[in-house]
Amino acid sequence: MNLAQEGETRQEGLPVARALPLSNVSNALECIDVSKRYGQRWALARLSFVLPAGASLLLTGHNGSGKTTLLRLLATLLRPTTGQLVLFGQNGVAQRATLRPRIALLGHTSFLYEDLTARENCVLLARLLGRPASEVDGLLDRAGLAQRADQTVRTFSAGMKKRLAIAGLLLKQPSLALLDEPFAALDPAGIAEMEQHIRSLSRAGTTVVLATHQVEHGQTLCTERLHLSAGRATQA
Amino acid sequence: MSAGRPPSLLGATWVLVRKDLLLEWRTRARANALVFFALATLLLFSFALGPDTTILRRAAGGTLWLAILLASVLALGESFRVEQENAALDGLRLAPADARALFLAKSLANALLLMLLGAVILPVLAALAGVTLVQGPGPMAVVLVLGALAIAGPGTLYAAISSQARARDVLLPLLLFPLLIPALVAAAKATSLVFEGDPMLQFQSWLGLLAGFDLVYWSLGFVLFPRVLED
Amino acid sequence: MTHALFTVVGVAVVGGGLYALVRGPASWRAGVAVLALVLLVSGAWYGLVQAPPDREMGNVQRIMYVHVPAQWMALMAVTLNFLCSVAYLFRPSWPKDALAEASAEVGLFFGAVGLVLGSIWGKPTWGVYWSWDPRLTSEAILLVAYAGYLALRRFIDDAERRAVWSAVVGIIIAVDIPIIWFSVRWWRSLHQMQSSPSTVDPDMVRALRWNAFAFLALWLVFLSTRYLIARARTEREMAPPPMVAEAAT
Repeated sequence: MNLAQEGETRQEGLPVARALPLSNVSNALECIDVSKRYGQRWALARLSFVLPAGASLLLTGHNGSGKTTLLRLLATLLRPTTGQLVLFGQNGVAQRATLRPRIALLGHTSFLYEDLTARENCVLLARLLGRPASEVDGLLDRAGLAQRADQTVRTFSAGMKKRLAIAGLLLKQPSLALLDEPFAALDPAGIAEMEQHIRSLSRAGTTVVLATHQVEHGQTLCTERLHLSAGRATQA
Repeated sequence: MSAGRPPSLLGATWVLVRKDLLLEWRTRARANALVFFALATLLLFSFALGPDTTILRRAAGGTLWLAILLASVLALGESFRVEQENAALDGLRLAPADARALFLAKSLANALLLMLLGAVILPVLAALAGVTLVQGPGPMAVVLVLGALAIAGPGTLYAAISSQARARDVLLPLLLFPLLIPALVAAAKATSLVFEGDPMLQFQSWLGLLAGFDLVYWSLGFVLFPRVLED
Repeated sequence: MTHALFTVVGVAVVGGGLYALVRGPASWRAGVAVLALVLLVSGAWYGLVQAPPDREMGNVQRIMYVHVPAQWMALMAVTLNFLCSVAYLFRPSWPKDALAEASAEVGLFFGAVGLVLGSIWGKPTWGVYWSWDPRLTSEAILLVAYAGYLALRRFIDDAERRAVWSAVVGIIIAVDIPIIWFSVRWWRSLHQMQSSPSTVDPDMVRALRWNAFAFLALWLVFLSTRYLIARARTEREMAPPPMVAEAAT
């Protein structure tokens, strides 16, 4: 990953965006001077970086450093207050409708309906994607949920919800996978499986952005790293 | 694996309506509570208006629609609370589901719920206020359908807005009630005419007003909902 | 034909005045405020002393000289709000959002003034403060609706969301205006004479005209001031953060 710092570095070694490469389709992500404001607070401030397609980025930082905000921006669920976001050569705000089928987000909220069963949740997603509902069984099996596929999500533990959410992500076969704390709430076996999933995504050419506190898991999975501190990119 | 072809607008609406109705069925305890809330409202109106049955009978149309309207605020708020529980609405946006399909599905599901609610409390109202369907069940059903659509269309749009604002429980009725006054007037008057007969042949005009209201606000919702959801 | 011409000229003058007050120095706004005060005082003199009492209603009718202009200003503000809302959704920009906010608030103010004056006028005329006259009733409903609009603006922190959502709500309320009007009129009709300068005595016309211009000047001052406040807030909200993190606090 290039911290887009052609030009000078001002104070304290902070990267400053000066000249940025022109939009390039071989870049999966181009974040150009992006800031996001919530009320009085800047969740992200002047963030610039590019990530080539197929690369994997480890996003680290303390609680409240802006990791989740960045992932939601990259997922096109939020729009930047200022700055520009280019995903696969397309504008992340104007062309979000065409981008969304290629993006999957494993959020720290699961996007699941608590009162639907695991299968119903997945079938809903499959229908909206226009995929045959028959694909769902295999995925639930892969996620280790075959036995409880017909129980409502409300009865699931946090770890099982995470497994179900990853099943949804795999169903979508995204070009860009955004993972927010994927290892949280998982048991050791679950963590190992999640690592497997991430590796296979990377092998399949998916661009991965992984936000986690568990740096030791992330470092082996990712080629690039970005550390956020109070919404700004800093050297880790 | 196959690269899927996303469903059409109507296809997506159908998928989402089924999802909403399934959720409603799974959480039917909540729908039941809603019915009892509406019944309690009917009782309260009866007590507030006094035991004079002529007054009760004359106010019956308005009472029915006020009970439905008050219950609708709870139903509409609840229908978006479900979407917000695990940010499921974001999941749908990212899926991606057409925002217009989301509007149609949510409004239809809410309208169906309100029609059902009206149908359930109507016999109770008839007993409490001593009214009969002088014009028969057909016109009553039409009023109920059009009235429920009138509440559910703009109600869904406003619930989507207020569910993401602070003080959402105050905001939704504050936005919705003034907007719905024409629909309330039309539905209540039409219902009274069903109860008491229609010597002046005004029923058609009120129905026309209600239908026009539905048409205007469902079209506006269809056009504006994507902006509400995406910005 | 002259009517259309008059409207075009009027809109141009009011629009130009508003633009000048917003862009020009603060002293211009102060100047117009003084002008408004002078016009109000002389308008009051014309209305209370100069104009003859009404043949049927007597002195009570004099309240028309302030009631009607207030209603006009409210109507203008609401129209402006609708135009800004539509324009914002087609092509978002902060000035449109700020003008929408300002016009809703100013419209609510003049509407409330007009409503109170109207019901005071109603007391000696009809014997009750509130006679469910269709025009006043519709206005009361709209005032509640615009109060909801302003409450919504207060309850959303994100500037862009606030702008889009309130534009949506602004359009929805404006579309409701004719529907409310018709439904209320059907619901209960009470005849009410149209108040317009062409039906009254020349002295009455002058009183109404002075007050109308006084209210217009006030309207311009309120609207431009409120607009500048709204603009300042969005500018603060949308200013990019500093290039370098501020010292930790």
